[in-house]
Amino acid sequence: MKYSGQTRGLVSKIAGVGVLLIGFLLAATLCFGGPADPSQSLNIFKPQSTPADSIFRLSMLVLTITGAIFAVVFSLLVYAISKYRRRGDDDGREPPQVYGSNQVELAWTVIPVLIVLVLFLVTARVIHSIQDAPQPPGAIEVIAIGHQFWWEFRYPALGVVTANEMHVPVSDPSHPTPTFMTLSSADTDHSFWVPRLAGKTDLIPNRVNHMWIDPHETGLYLGQCAQYCGVQHAKMLLRVYVDSPEQFDRWVEEEKRPATVSDSVAEGRRVFETTACLNCHGVSGTVANGRFGPDLTHLMSRDTIASGAAPNSPEQLKLWIRNPDAIKPSSLMPAMQLSEKDLDALVAYLETLR
Amino acid sequence: MASETIAITAVPGIDRPISERLHDWIVTVDHKKLGILYIVLALFFLVVGGIEALIIRIQLIVPHNNFVSPQVFNRMMTMHGTTMIFFVAMTVLFGFGTYLVPLMIGARDMAFPRLNAFSFWMTAFSGLLLYFSFIGGNGLYGAGNAPDVGWWAYAPLTARAFSVGHSTDFWTLALIVSGIGSIGTSVNFVTTILCMRCPGMTLGKMPLLAWLNLVMGGMVFLAMSPLTAAQVMLCIDRYLGGHFFDTQAGGSAVLWMHFFWIFGHPEVYVLIIPAFAFLSEIVPVFSRKPIFGYPVMVAATVCIGFVSLSVWAHHMFTVGMNSYANSFFTITTMAVGVPTGIKIFNWLGTMWGGKIEFRTPMLFCVAFLFQFLIAGLTGIMLGASPFNWQLSGSYFVVAHFHYVIVGGILFALFGAFYYWFPKMSGRMYKEVLGKWHFWLFLIGFHMTFDSMHIPGILGMPRRIYTYEPGRGWETWNLIVTIGAVFQATGVLVFVVNLLWSMFKGEPAGNDPWDAWTLEWSTSSPPPEYNFATIPVVRSRRPLWDLKHPDDPDWKYE
Repeated sequence: MKYSGQTRGLVSKIAGVGVLLIGFLLAATLCFGGPADPSQSLNIFKPQSTPADSIFRLSMLVLTITGAIFAVVFSLLVYAISKYRRRGDDDGREPPQVYGSNQVELAWTVIPVLIVLVLFLVTARVIHSIQDAPQPPGAIEVIAIGHQFWWEFRYPALGVVTANEMHVPVSDPSHPTPTFMTLSSADTDHSFWVPRLAGKTDLIPNRVNHMWIDPHETGLYLGQCAQYCGVQHAKMLLRVYVDSPEQFDRWVEEEKRPATVSDSVAEGRRVFETTACLNCHGVSGTVANGRFGPDLTHLMSRDTIASGAAPNSPEQLKLWIRNPDAIKPSSLMPAMQLSEKDLDALVAYLETLR
Repeated sequence: MASETIAITAVPGIDRPISERLHDWIVTVDHKKLGILYIVLALFFLVVGGIEALIIRIQLIVPHNNFVSPQVFNRMMTMHGTTMIFFVAMTVLFGFGTYLVPLMIGARDMAFPRLNAFSFWMTAFSGLLLYFSFIGGNGLYGAGNAPDVGWWAYAPLTARAFSVGHSTDFWTLALIVSGIGSIGTSVNFVTTILCMRCPGMTLGKMPLLAWLNLVMGGMVFLAMSPLTAAQVMLCIDRYLGGHFFDTQAGGSAVLWMHFFWIFGHPEVYVLIIPAFAFLSEIVPVFSRKPIFGYPVMVAATVCIGFVSLSVWAHHMFTVGMNSYANSFFTITTMAVGVPTGIKIFNWLGTMWGGKIEFRTPMLFCVAFLFQFLIAGLTGIMLGASPFNWQLSGSYFVVAHFHYVIVGGILFALFGAFYYWFPKMSGRMYKEVLGKWHFWLFLIGFHMTFDSMHIPGILGMPRRIYTYEPGRGWETWNLIVTIGAVFQATGVLVFVVNLLWSMFKGEPAGNDPWDAWTLEWSTSSPPPEYNFATIPVVRSRRPLWDLKHPDDPDWKYE
């Protein structure tokens, strides 16, 4: 049982190691590079909020330690399989039979125990700093409720109700205005995950969870549902807008207003209030007070519809009402079967809900 | 007992009609035939589960793809997970254990041959029951098909409000039935190993494979019971008006998670421990040295067995447990890394100073060592609960556990296939095809599962049937899918190799690897009664003693 093609084996092994290294380098570059447009990034290694940042720093430590372990054990394995391969000129005798060594065994038990201990202590500190952080007086409170397949956001202190696009103020370290969230679900399990702001926390029916964020920079942060919640789990997208304090106050003022309904769209309003729309959707200041679907009082203040599955344009809105399956198959929004005239009137009405 | 079973089945002859020979396979209580039946069943389901994986990967090759509907995708990912865990991994490992344990401990059969047959048929029919859901899942409501609740079947998605039709019932019942089979098999393993060892084989002289299957058997008891209990509770919820997991009536979704994962995590070790067992037999033989630190290997396995019972909630770091619970499950999870690390070092110690021959079984085992190392290290990352809040539920986790299950368990299994194929069939496999299989699968594996970590870091959640463009996920998903094609090709080469070698391979002889454990002392394939006379052993390597009377092991142990 001689091993032939020893050189070939060695070449292929070196090639293998090379490919692996290139792979890792490529991975690292792309990890830190991410997509071209930064607002499209969901990279966990580009934190913009304290919880995400603490996790990032912990992860760098964990990556360093595991990377060192990998380098040592990987080298030992490569050394062993290249040094102790059976040579072509082998005499066919059995190698010395070694049964073990207590000293060596003890060493490779104690060293990992110490590493684990250090890692645990550091981790426990980060767990505590994120999970047990007290809520400061200036914090914004948001109740997030998961639905199949959209997000409801309620700001009880501010009297605002919106859907799918959460607005929070930027948090200045000298004047922290973090956002503390209370999470629950109306139906199945969901998970709130905006990677650049914080780790994920599940929304579970008949249970209340908490998390907090304090974004350092204004802008748009993307995320999506991270717990399988049913057929349209994939298109339960999530957008968090981090506003400057002035922008945020203005947004709150506008969202608090009841809907302004002009007479020019009375026909559309009639369609809305005399068909099934109002069973699920609410428009404050009108008879529509459904709660199964997103509140539409300020629909036009949102950039997307269908929980981020489509841009909020008149054409998409029309398509969404006529045939929701074209945008998001098996969402709970039914096809409304309206005449073309009613549909146009309805969309015109919705367009006024600013 | 063993001699009774010999009388039941006649010696299969070429001259007997095929119907009679098939009948023998149906009514057999011989552990070798049942082992092979298990393995064939698992190979069948491996192909089925593999096709489901390919459907998933084709759908995800580009963003907004329409290869399959969301419903079909969700069924595929549920069936892929359920099939691979329960009907491929467990089944094939039970198969190898059933085949090898009696041979390696010098017994003529398992302790309970009829229970052995019963367990196999329970497993086989539960697989059929699961797949019958494609036809029967519609139920009376006309709205169902194969199960689509994910292989964890988290509550309340399984409640009748969210899962109409009978798809979830097929899933539940299939797992209850397969659980009965698994419990039967583990009773058999534990009893056989404790009671049926040949004279001279004390616990400390058992081959490691027997030790590890003993630990695995013990863990199956502990893991299967909560799963079965949870399934029964789910049935009560769905049909008898119970509210265990019905959140709309005050039930708890988190309760289901605890039940599922207190099964689910030990289950991972139920699967990986037999893979460790293969390595502990194959690495010494191809390094031409005894296993390094046998007592420590046994202790580490038992330690893994115990500690792994206390880590389950690391699957639940995101469900809002308090900081003490999160810290507890962080330390237990990291602690498992210590005995697991000892095992990797001991295999390294076994190769150190040896004369390693890179035949196909050894190639797979060496790849296992590298890949299991990486899988263990990503496991440490996931064990640090804050890091887990980012990584869990993302493609990083998917990559991690496929590194364990494919890069670890499946590679060890392929090694075991090539190593024991000569014993089971009496013929050698084609070495060239074996190496093609190895390299194709290795390249495919790394393309798929190395790349799969990255979209997770870039924020891609698992179980989504489609994804948005422009988030930096496209290239990685493309590479992942191409890798899957390489793996599928590798498996095809493997199947061709098996089929060709079964009929046309060179005769193997009793002991093609110059190995040391008892199965190699009998003919290939072994006769129905395994050993004409029950062997007597004095050390862990009885065949070494036989081949080196001047330098036997028992002088040193």
